[in-house]
Amino acid sequence: MEIPPLTNGFELVYKKPRTLTETPMHYCPGCGHGVVHRVLMEVVDEMGIQDKTIGVAPVGCSVFAYDYMNVDMQEAAHGRASAAATGIKRVLPDRFVFSYQGDGDLAAIGTAETIHVVNRGENILMLFINNAVYGMTGGQMAPTTLLGMKTTTSPFGRESGLAGHPLKITNLLAQLPGAYYVTRQAVHTAAAVRKLKKAIQLGFQYQSLKKGTCFIEVVSNCPSGWKMTPTDSNKWLEENMLPMYPLGDLKTPARSMN
Amino acid sequence: MSTNDEISEVRIMKGNEALAEAAFRAGMQAYFGYPITPQSEVIEYLMKEQPKHDCVVLQAESEIAAINMVFGAAGAGARVMISSSSPGISLMMEGISYMTSAELPCLIVNVQRGGPGLGTIQPSQGDYFQATKGGGHGDYRLIVLAPASVQEMADFVFEGFRLSEKYRNPAMILADGALGQMMEKLTLPPAGSLPYVDKPWATTGKPAGKDRRIITSLFIQPEKMEQVNLHLQEKYRQIQAEEVRFEEYGVEDADIVLVAFGLVARICQKTMQLARKKGLRVGILRPITLFPFPSQRIAELAPKLEAIVTVEMNAGQMLEDVRLAVEGRCPVHFKGRMGGMIPSPDEVLEAVEAIAEKRNFELSR
Repeated sequence: MEIPPLTNGFELVYKKPRTLTETPMHYCPGCGHGVVHRVLMEVVDEMGIQDKTIGVAPVGCSVFAYDYMNVDMQEAAHGRASAAATGIKRVLPDRFVFSYQGDGDLAAIGTAETIHVVNRGENILMLFINNAVYGMTGGQMAPTTLLGMKTTTSPFGRESGLAGHPLKITNLLAQLPGAYYVTRQAVHTAAAVRKLKKAIQLGFQYQSLKKGTCFIEVVSNCPSGWKMTPTDSNKWLEENMLPMYPLGDLKTPARSMN
Repeated sequence: MSTNDEISEVRIMKGNEALAEAAFRAGMQAYFGYPITPQSEVIEYLMKEQPKHDCVVLQAESEIAAINMVFGAAGAGARVMISSSSPGISLMMEGISYMTSAELPCLIVNVQRGGPGLGTIQPSQGDYFQATKGGGHGDYRLIVLAPASVQEMADFVFEGFRLSEKYRNPAMILADGALGQMMEKLTLPPAGSLPYVDKPWATTGKPAGKDRRIITSLFIQPEKMEQVNLHLQEKYRQIQAEEVRFEEYGVEDADIVLVAFGLVARICQKTMQLARKKGLRVGILRPITLFPFPSQRIAELAPKLEAIVTVEMNAGQMLEDVRLAVEGRCPVHFKGRMGGMIPSPDEVLEAVEAIAEKRNFELSR
């Protein structure tokens, strides 16, 4: 039996997966990105597909995702992660390919790519982190920003007459025949994280079937952009984000067979 | 008609189709594109012939998506081509800039049409600046090849792939609508004659026990970004030193040399014949690579000449590179047509005669 290593005299019972690098993450305290990164890489590690996985990072807060994820990765132009992932998957169809994008990247500048990648049923896993704000550029309005929500570019609150309504792109994508598995998850509680991990496992497993795109929205927080403590942001997420973006499966293989 | 692509083969083809067939023969592994006149025959031919080849051919939802698919596939190690015409190439500029920074090889084909704007579908050379000076943001260059025949539409596919992979830099074939549409006899090179190169940097899945590969154009620390730029500039200097290609006709005894690329160089051949019949000693220098530009050769010729005439289907773009090369050692004139109009040999001759007689002439009309 392998003897667990001791750390400062304590037995290490929970450690990071081999698929995460030693690089300290740059994310703000309480941000959901780090949790999603970890869960994603846990699945890659547990499935034993580190040598067959290629990821595509976006432009946005997770632009440095390739510094943390210990798999082959590409850094795409803003909005085009799913197009780059398409290029990779089409020439390497037996690899596991995922794209990782935020709300501005996936649902504003990259909307055309997002819709057409899913419409073609590209056999990739798309991860969509929705925190209703542009985090990296300093908290501007995103397509998913809630009505009335204050951001640096909606200083009096988002107003539909000027800026339209929150875009529920995941619901749109679930309508497309090319979508195989579409689900909306979160990372604000331990239970939500466990459910997200299950969804990511399915997203990778389904990829081998070559039956279409797997799309996972993660409703997440942005304590810095929302100007809240991490705890308050999770509470605010539950009270405000989840009524607009309710959690659960929007399309599952069983239902898509009907 | 049965074809055997293992051998070279004489065919009569449109330029666009010759280019497409050559791409298969050059071992292209993926093509991404979006229809636009006057080069839609490229994707049409590739789609029709694709079942005979082990090659991805995909029609994207836009030129923006297409170039980013090229990014992904090139980063995954594939030999990739993309083609479009002027407005579509403008849409790709962001992606092309990213590829030069990430050092991804690919072949970009621009079958130019008249602009600016939506312009016209007739041939033009109006994208010379865009092709040779970078085009997108940042300090970068493409390796630019300018074909002048259907034969070269095919041959330069091989050369474009080879140079792009040698230098890990996108290469561009800068053609025009006439070259794309016209039919000529050509000899297609045999398939399999362009070997694949090792790409240990490609993201094909992290090999066990080795470091992961990262394809990126993001270098947030300025010290690192400067190093990347210095590396790129060194690469461009090496390309300038080693890859210049040009052709000359009758420059040995010439008083006046016409500098022209692509289709216009062939028009100038007729002009040269007509001029020589009239006793004017006219020669032609035809740059084949527009970057790297044959500046050194032009500089050598300039002191021996009465004048240089740059002839282009634009408002005078290569003209600036010719003047930079000449550095005042002889007069440099310009004759051009724009907006999809093709200069006739006679009107180029008129300009040459006026210059020989030191008369004024209409620069471009």
